[in-house]
Amino acid sequence: MEAHSSEVFVIGLTVFFLACIIGYYVVWSVTPALHSPLMGVTNAISSVIIVGAILAAGPQGFDTSKIFGLIGVVLASVNIFGGFLVTYRMLSMFKKKTKKTKEKE
Amino acid sequence: MSSNMVAILYLISALLFIFALRGLSHPESSRMGNIFGIIGMIIAVFTTLMFKSVLSYYEIGAAILIGGAIGSFIALRIEMTALPQLVAAFHSLVGLAAVFVAAAAFYDPVAFSIGKVGSIKTASLVEMSIGTFIGAITFSGSVLAFGKLQGTISGKPIVFKFQHLINALIFLIIIFLIVLFVIKQSPTIFWTIVIVSILLGFLVVIPIGGADMPVVVSMLNSYSGWAACGIGFTLSNNLLIITGALVGASGAILSYIMSKGMNRSIINVVLGGFGGEQDTSASKDNSDKIVKQGNAEDAAYIMKNADSVIIVPGYGMAVAQAQHALREMGDILKKEGIDVRYAIHPVAGRMPGHMNVLLAEANVPYEEVLELDEINHDFPMTEVSFVIGANDVTNPAAKTDESSPIFGMPILDVEKSQSVLFVKRSMATGYSGVDNELFYRDNTTMLFGDAKKMCEDIVKSLSA
Repeated sequence: MEAHSSEVFVIGLTVFFLACIIGYYVVWSVTPALHSPLMGVTNAISSVIIVGAILAAGPQGFDTSKIFGLIGVVLASVNIFGGFLVTYRMLSMFKKKTKKTKEKE
Repeated sequence: MSSNMVAILYLISALLFIFALRGLSHPESSRMGNIFGIIGMIIAVFTTLMFKSVLSYYEIGAAILIGGAIGSFIALRIEMTALPQLVAAFHSLVGLAAVFVAAAAFYDPVAFSIGKVGSIKTASLVEMSIGTFIGAITFSGSVLAFGKLQGTISGKPIVFKFQHLINALIFLIIIFLIVLFVIKQSPTIFWTIVIVSILLGFLVVIPIGGADMPVVVSMLNSYSGWAACGIGFTLSNNLLIITGALVGASGAILSYIMSKGMNRSIINVVLGGFGGEQDTSASKDNSDKIVKQGNAEDAAYIMKNADSVIIVPGYGMAVAQAQHALREMGDILKKEGIDVRYAIHPVAGRMPGHMNVLLAEANVPYEEVLELDEINHDFPMTEVSFVIGANDVTNPAAKTDESSPIFGMPILDVEKSQSVLFVKRSMATGYSGVDNELFYRDNTTMLFGDAKKMCEDIVKSLSA
C-alpha cells in the first residue's frame, strides 16, 4: 500500500462516491421480498473489515496492536460465517411452486 | 505479491460483492449471488494473508476458526422468528471490529504505512477517529436494539427532558475530542472518544419504540457500512471503501423504505418516542360499539365458501410462530379450489422482509406472496381477507382521520373485501395506540385467540 497523501485521499473519495451510486442502483433493484437476506449479505460483506484486522495481527511477536487485530479477526469472522450462513438458510427457503402445492386452475 | 496484483484482486473481490447484491433482485439468482459474496470474501482474506508483513498465520488462523465456529453455530441454530435480533447482534460486532482495527492502526501505524507512533498523518488520524466514532455508535446502538428485540430490555421508548439537546451536546463534545486527538495523538483521548461514542449510541436508540425497530435495524446496518468506509479511508483500502459504501447505501435505502411505509420521516423516527405499547384504555371508549365475534368453525365456513382469500400476516403471526399452521390452512383452501394469496405490508414484522422469510420457511411459494403495491387493488374483488397478527397496517383511519397518528400511512385495503376475519389475542390496540374501526364493521368477524391455535382449529374444521 502506498503512503498516505492528499492524492490518495482524493482517489479514495472518488471510489467512495462511485460506489455509493452503484450501491444506490443495485439496492433499489433488490426485490422487497428479499430485504432480510439483503441485510444478511450486507452484514457479512461489511466484515471485509477483517482485512484491516489481519494486517494488524500480521507481524510476529505480541504487542497491543496485534491483540487488537486478533480480536478484530475473531469478531469479523463471527460475522462473515454467521452472515453468509444465515443468508444461505434464508435463501434456500424461497421456493417456487412445487408438485405438492398444485397449480390452481 | 506486487501492490498492483493486490489492487486487482481486491477489485475482483469488490465486483463479486456488487454481484452478490445484484443477485438479490430475484429469488432464483439470489443463491448464486450469495456464493459470489463468499468467493469475494475468500479472495479478500487470502490476498491479505499474502502480504509480506503478515507472518503470524497460526494466530490468525486460530482467530478465524474461533470466530467462524461461533458464527456458524449461531447461524445454524437461530430460529427464523429471531432474525431481527440476530442481525442487530451481528451489526454490533461489525461496529466493535471497526473500533479494534482503528485502535490497532493507532497503536501500530507502521503496519498500515500511515506514519510512526506520535507522528501519524493528520488525514489518517481524522479518518481513524471518524471510523472509531461510527463503529462505537453502531456497537452500542445495536446492543440496545438487540436487547429491545429480544425482550431483555423493555421495547418501550424511554423519553426524558432535553434528550435531543443532550445528544447534540455529546456530539459536539465528540467533535471537540476528535480535534484534540488529531493534535495530541494521545491514547487517553482515543479511548475517551470510544466511551463517549458508546454512550451516544445508547442514547440515540433509547427513545425508539419496539415497532420502529425495522427502521433502527436498517439504520444500524447503514452505520456499520459507514464505519467500514471510515476504516477503508484510514488504510487507503479501496475494497473497504467500496464495500462500506455499498452497505451504507443499502441500509440507508432500507431505512427510507421503512419510514415511508409508516409515512414518517427518518428524522421523526430517529427522534423517537412514538412506538410505545400504550395501554388499552383506548378500546374502552368503544365499549358501546358492537363487535361480531366468531370461532374457528365460523371462519372455516366463511373461507370454504369463498373463491378468493387474501391472508395478511403481521408481527403477531411471528410471535405466535403461526406460519406453519397458517400455510397448512392455505393448502387446504387451495385444494378446495380457492385462490389464496398473501399480502405483505412494508413494515410488517421487526425487520425489512421478515414476513417473507417466515412464509418461505413454512414453504409458501414466493409467487403467492405479494407486496402492498402489487395486491392492494385486488381487495375489492376478494371475498375474504384473513388478517393474522396485523392491525395498524389495515386501519382505514390512516386514510380518513387526519387527527390519527397513523394518518397518511399506506395501508392494505382489507376493508374493501366482502368480509374480513381478524385473528387477534384481544381487543388491544396496535402499537400506535389507535383503535381500529374495522373491528366494529358489519362485515368483520373477530377471532379471538392465539394465532397458531386459531389456524390449527380452522384446519381441523376445514378437514372435518
